[in-house]
Amino acid sequence: MSIFVDESTTVIVQGLTGSQGRFHGLRNRAYGTRVVGGVTPGKGGTDVEGIPVFDSVREAVETTGATASFIAVPPRFASAAILEAAEGGIEFIVCITEGIPAQDEALTYNRLVEEHPGVRLLGPNCPGIISPGKCNIGITSGDIALPGGPVGIVSRSGTLTYQALYELSQKGVGQTTCVGIGGDPVPGTNFIDCLEAFQADPETKAVMMIGEIGGSEEERAAEWIAQNMDKPVVAYVAGVTAPPGRKMGHAGAIISGSKGTAQAKMAALADAGVRVCQNPTEAGEAMVEIVRAL
Amino acid sequence: MDLFEYQGKQYFARYGIPVSPGGVADTVEEALAVAERVGYPVVVKAQVKVGGRGKAGGVKLATGPDEVRAHAGAILGLDIKGHVVKRLWVEHASDIEKEYYASFTLDRPNKVHLGMLSAQGGVEIEVVAAESPEAIAMLAIDPVRGLDVATARRWVAEAGLDEPARAQAADLLVALYRCYTEGDCDLAEINPLILTPGGQVHALDAKVTLDDNAAFRHPEWDEFRGDEFEDPRERRAREKGLNYIGLDGSVGIIANGAGLAMSTLDVVNQVGGSAANFLDIGGGANADVMAAALEVINADPKVRSIFVNIFGGITRVDEVAKGVLEALARVDIASPIVLRLDGTNAVEGRAILAAHLNDRLVTEPTMLEAARRAVALAR
Repeated sequence: MSIFVDESTTVIVQGLTGSQGRFHGLRNRAYGTRVVGGVTPGKGGTDVEGIPVFDSVREAVETTGATASFIAVPPRFASAAILEAAEGGIEFIVCITEGIPAQDEALTYNRLVEEHPGVRLLGPNCPGIISPGKCNIGITSGDIALPGGPVGIVSRSGTLTYQALYELSQKGVGQTTCVGIGGDPVPGTNFIDCLEAFQADPETKAVMMIGEIGGSEEERAAEWIAQNMDKPVVAYVAGVTAPPGRKMGHAGAIISGSKGTAQAKMAALADAGVRVCQNPTEAGEAMVEIVRAL
Repeated sequence: MDLFEYQGKQYFARYGIPVSPGGVADTVEEALAVAERVGYPVVVKAQVKVGGRGKAGGVKLATGPDEVRAHAGAILGLDIKGHVVKRLWVEHASDIEKEYYASFTLDRPNKVHLGMLSAQGGVEIEVVAAESPEAIAMLAIDPVRGLDVATARRWVAEAGLDEPARAQAADLLVALYRCYTEGDCDLAEINPLILTPGGQVHALDAKVTLDDNAAFRHPEWDEFRGDEFEDPRERRAREKGLNYIGLDGSVGIIANGAGLAMSTLDVVNQVGGSAANFLDIGGGANADVMAAALEVINADPKVRSIFVNIFGGITRVDEVAKGVLEALARVDIASPIVLRLDGTNAVEGRAILAAHLNDRLVTEPTMLEAARRAVALAR
């Protein structure tokens, strides 16, 4: 099994005719993902290497029956694209767009919750999601993932998600699903959403969690783990050496005062019984040890 | 982007938030001219992006020209926690009856906006929050609904603002919320928000952080980017569209993605080195961006080795490789470069570099090994 997406997931790409949408949409299809359509207003009726393009999400959904959308459009159009996907009948939205204003994110998130409570948004500013061997939506390089489980991965950082996949695959440990929740201040899906799904997924036997400085999502996740999770969790938190008050790239990655430090997050996770590691390689090794002992 | 107080007040004024009449001064003469214009007494305030300037002697009251001259002369050039004062804000001094606190920011855990209002202003709000949290009236605001005057009126009453201040404060809070949302602020804070003996409510200070992601719809922000106060390394990087933070170590870092860049800093530190910078070339960086990144790092005299840590996703490793070669052809890179390349198109990328590897341009198979090599080369 896997969480959120599997071999039955059918995907449209909003922005398929743009350079990023085309490159990654086609790569997702080459991986085996059922990419059934694209959406670009004004380009309906054309196709991208055989993938039909529609003018609107609604039209694409009505024609193809797509359940998921991959949004690869520039920041100024991303909020409208997310809402269009939800209104058009998409259930699972992956938005990789980096650089969306925080005000737009907050507004869009709350509109989704209030007007489309059944819709899940992953991202924005995330690498996407991959259930190895089944479905890959987003920008993750599929060849670094290994099908078959038993590890679930959830990460706030894009490139560290790849690093985590790579560390495990290199050592022959497969993954059920790897979710990149993204590093923005208002993520559509958070650690707890993923941990909850992994806890409920019988094929996921252990979870690797990658956090970073800023916010308090890791602390909240730690609390949730302590109360609800019986599967082993390995964690790594990036930014131990980050200076306070400076945004480390991600809009969400900032230490303000004594809040949001890697040290505090690591301590909270360790208190919750999570095995906390000092770097991605160590986290990979710890997970291999846990999986071999299962 | 954090604004200076004077910029924050200019920004507030755009949204109709009352502030004291004042002006900017870079010299004693300019300070005198502003004082004459706005009328004595005036307050001479250091413009630095760091707290505690009052205690450091950066805020002084002047009742006449001689005092303005003395205070402006003393404050210009003053070092406040490492920030040298180059600019003053001189404003007409207000009589203060009461000091309040007001701010809007994003409540990230709850994904709504958070308004904070307190009748105990003028001091660090963190201190109030720690010692008497009940003195802060918190208001959760659904971004879809926004803040209306009726809610703001209930809020000022709940916070215990004095009766004569309430109606004006409610209007001001609605304006401040509009500034925060439409003005794309991460933080809009007034401390203190004052009530004068004459019954007027206005902002005596302004702390504004703008959301850089929204710059595309705010051409008016250009005027806030006075680059004269910026770290020259950071200015160069920003001009090239790079996400760069200068640090004090000797290993120059280039990575793609904020998480990997942070992790690279951590790993360099763990193996006994120290990073000269944080540099995230972002997602989808092409050869030009990579070349620009190397040039920015190369211009930092503290750098002794350069660690390029790339895990391709949206970024394609072949593009990165081309950028490295482009930079080497364009400029003389003073430090040896250690590369670690994985992910999208890594095979193609490594092939592009294969013929160019030497003792100044090396590759390592893993992040840890590359970190060790870069740290050794920096010694």
